[in-house]
Amino acid sequence: MGRMHIWRDIAIGCLVVAVLAAIPSLLPSKAFQDFVIRCASMALFATSLNMLVGYTGLSSFGHGMFFGLGTYSFALLMQKTGMSLLTAFLLTLLITAMTATAVGAICIRLRLIYFAFVTLAMQMLLHSVIISWVGLTGGDQGLQGGIPRRTFAGVDLSNQYNLYVFSAVMLVVGLLLMRHIVNTTFGTSLRMIRDNETRAAFLGIIVWRVKLTVFVLSAVFASVGGMVMSLFVSGAYPELINWPISGDAIFAIVMGGVGSFLGPTVGTMILLLLNDVVTRQTEYYGLALGLIILGFALGLRRGVLDFITERLGGRPAGGIS
Amino acid sequence: MLQITGLTKRFGGLAAINDVTLSFDQGTLSAVIGPNGAGKSTFFNLISGAIIPDAGKVVFQGEDITGLDRAAIVRRGIGRAFQVASFFPSMTVAENLQAAIAAHRGQWGDLNHRFPRQGVRERALEVAEMLGLENNANVLSANLSHGDQKLLDIALALALEPSMLLLDEPTAGMGPEERWRMIEKIQRLWQLQNLTLVFIEHDMDIVFGISSSIRVLCYGRVLAEGTPDEIRANPAVIEAYLGTPDAEDDA
Repeated sequence: MGRMHIWRDIAIGCLVVAVLAAIPSLLPSKAFQDFVIRCASMALFATSLNMLVGYTGLSSFGHGMFFGLGTYSFALLMQKTGMSLLTAFLLTLLITAMTATAVGAICIRLRLIYFAFVTLAMQMLLHSVIISWVGLTGGDQGLQGGIPRRTFAGVDLSNQYNLYVFSAVMLVVGLLLMRHIVNTTFGTSLRMIRDNETRAAFLGIIVWRVKLTVFVLSAVFASVGGMVMSLFVSGAYPELINWPISGDAIFAIVMGGVGSFLGPTVGTMILLLLNDVVTRQTEYYGLALGLIILGFALGLRRGVLDFITERLGGRPAGGIS
Repeated sequence: MLQITGLTKRFGGLAAINDVTLSFDQGTLSAVIGPNGAGKSTFFNLISGAIIPDAGKVVFQGEDITGLDRAAIVRRGIGRAFQVASFFPSMTVAENLQAAIAAHRGQWGDLNHRFPRQGVRERALEVAEMLGLENNANVLSANLSHGDQKLLDIALALALEPSMLLLDEPTAGMGPEERWRMIEKIQRLWQLQNLTLVFIEHDMDIVFGISSSIRVLCYGRVLAEGTPDEIRANPAVIEAYLGTPDAEDDA
């Protein structure tokens, strides 16, 4: 039965990629492709954060540091060395994993608000380093000069359509992997810790090891989102590693729903749509977004997808999917 | 099976457990009693590794387990249930038990296989049946009755196949009839599973009715230990805790 679930998910994933790949021939819109690329990047990031927030009950306010680290590490490796895109990609994953291990080792023993604030402080620290190390990172101007050698498996990613399909594939593969993770016994351990950490420990689970593992895994997926963003913007900018980017991911999770696996992806789409629509109408983007989030928090009291799932008679938010 | 010597734990100036020396023999059903604040729950917390003792030694099956963490003590075979039922409210009864069994089988870090792995589902049903929870297997545990939540808590501990089980007030918050149903289940469990069972209880009818030996704690010290008859006749226990013996006997 387990096998069947996996094949079903993979089939759905392939279908999504195929549909997305076909859309531009019917609807040749650059804006749509841009939207999907940004969505893919942010959805990977938000879903990875939800492994911490929704599944484990660890509210990180500094998850954006790994998204930003992905953009900077990847862009720097591509600019400063002669390595191929694939090598830079893999090396960035390794760098993120090592950084997350160090940061996680400090943070995961803290609880609730302390965990939230120390992760936030860590992100601000990394952001300051990037801003002040002008020689390497370009400081507040960002890392300019583009990304060379943008070919992956013979595909030229400087072509926008190719990057669009590549981003969709990254999103689908990333979501499939994360979905697999939360459906394993390890994923169940996450929920046990979220529900009742003491009980989990009394059943023999070594809680800190599970927390550190999920912290590192989620950081790695966030950095994949960062790399997609880096390819999209052809470089790296301090805004991509500054703390509001962590807030964006939290907004996406809140709006989409913490209890549904695809909640953060849906939330990302809503967030980016709002962003694009509202910024066209008014300069008070923050005010409009704030009101909408208040509406979600006070009105629905849950994200869109959680709301729909419950309406369809599904399990309350946070159940095993 | 479990030897405790000179166990001491201070919270600030207060010695919650003060130089306690006790032992529990294999296969016994023992009660720990005492007035509120006597240190009973602290005593369980010390044995199970929830808190680290300031002094003293805990030896389980010949091995010194003093200061080991909770997970390590569980792996050695000491399971526990809690005064306030402790379980995973977002999961069904079956999922709670499957999760506990998977943890017991060392699969909690498994990132390869889908949950639950082979055999876990079947074993969960067996454990549910031990406590009569099988008809509630697919009920969300948060929606269970209070009594069934207490049973689920015990079932989670049983899923670990412990050789020793610590139950902190298994009948807390139950009506008289429900209490005895609970106690019958616990007694049957103790016989069938060949457990060494220690429980904390305030209902003296239950304590004197089922336990083979009793330990009385008072202000963090051992006030008395012995068979129900010895405890009933012990003047110190009567004075500190039981009150006049006749009233208890006739009840």
